[in-house]
Amino acid sequence: MRYHTPTSFADASAIAAGAKGTLRFLAGGTDVLVQMRAGMVQPDDLIDLKQIPGVDRIERAPDGGWRIGVAVPGIVLGAHEALVRDWPGVVEGMNLVGSTQVQGRATLAGNLCNGSPAADSVPGMVAAGAVVTVTGPKGSRDLPVEQVPTGPGRTSLARGEVISAITLPPRGKNGGDAYLRFIPRTEMDIAVVGCAVNLRLEGDRIVEARVALGAVAPTVILSEAAAKAIIGTTLDDSALEALAKAAEGEAKPISDKRGTKEFRIEVAGVLARRAAKIAYDRAKGLKA
Amino acid sequence: MSKIHVTTTVNGDPVEFLADPRETLLDALRNHLDLTGTKEGCGTGDCGACSVTVDGTLVCSCLMLAAEANGKRVETIEGMAGEELHPLQRKFIEHAALQCGFCTPGILVAAKALLERNPDPTDTEIRYWLAGNLCRCTGYDKIIRAVQDAAAEMRGAA
Repeated sequence: MRYHTPTSFADASAIAAGAKGTLRFLAGGTDVLVQMRAGMVQPDDLIDLKQIPGVDRIERAPDGGWRIGVAVPGIVLGAHEALVRDWPGVVEGMNLVGSTQVQGRATLAGNLCNGSPAADSVPGMVAAGAVVTVTGPKGSRDLPVEQVPTGPGRTSLARGEVISAITLPPRGKNGGDAYLRFIPRTEMDIAVVGCAVNLRLEGDRIVEARVALGAVAPTVILSEAAAKAIIGTTLDDSALEALAKAAEGEAKPISDKRGTKEFRIEVAGVLARRAAKIAYDRAKGLKA
Repeated sequence: MSKIHVTTTVNGDPVEFLADPRETLLDALRNHLDLTGTKEGCGTGDCGACSVTVDGTLVCSCLMLAAEANGKRVETIEGMAGEELHPLQRKFIEHAALQCGFCTPGILVAAKALLERNPDPTDTEIRYWLAGNLCRCTGYDKIIRAVQDAAAEMRGAA
């Protein structure tokens, strides 16, 4: 295995484009090293992105959004007060991944590119409208997060392409987001279902909403039907009921050892209701 | 396969070694530097027996390549005691917060990292912080009590 430490994304992309065999990018490594040890993946080339300047930084974008480097670990996201104030749902999703030790290494970009349908940070990013910048042999392009995963363990990135930054939009006024997952214990587990809700209010009324579901399909689902169910409402009981029905309708889960199809569908509705209430309260400034 | 020359600081001492590119920091600590206090439990980041800090951040040394430690500051269980045991080590003995002891180095390193960030944690905060450190002997109550007692002593001493 060749271990590369490029100092620019252009160089990282060039190494990747020229690599003939099995290739992996290394950010936090909490998935890649496990796969290597299990013998699932034996990279011929491993490209460590952490020597590239800026990958460890969280920066306020000129428009008021956030630019997050690809090697920023969960523990740093969680400790960033201004980012948590703007996007608590995105950060709480990432902070649910693994243990304290894993939080010291694991990254948003890695969680996304690992391609797990149950990735805890992904629904929050999708609901927030996060965009990734992808650097490839032909230059850079921006891609909404929901267009990155294409199935379990697979992404839409072409050979030689690498995520070089994650951008969250400006929070703006009267907005709130939240992420909830169901697991049968309280820590160190993989989502049976996950749901993120991001919304904006005018007065008491929801004027914008994005609802994302995790672990109920081969990829994260951005549900227009669920968003429509609450836009224009004050999140009263009938809106919550409509939201739950819409989320249940979008969920296309499988039955496996973590939960049956029927259970996951029901929980998708329950989590959508609860996450929407938290996001609403946050938008009102009632809840951290 | 060409080896990678790694220069790093472990428990304050500058060290260098030649690492296989696939070699983990855990294997390098144990096999090149003879620092066998850091244990391998699962090797996949689930059990926390291999906990160390790298530039002050708590990590699983099994989930990090030795090559990634180049230029970093690594702290292991061997660096915890000075002339005397660290209060956490002493309180683990007083409270009998261990049986076989295999998980203990990782738990001590993790607990020390917690108390540096939060000198007065609640029981719940300790349990969440240590959720990635598995002990298959004691149950966790004695561990929590030992951490609380050490935290109280360290607050008093400060």
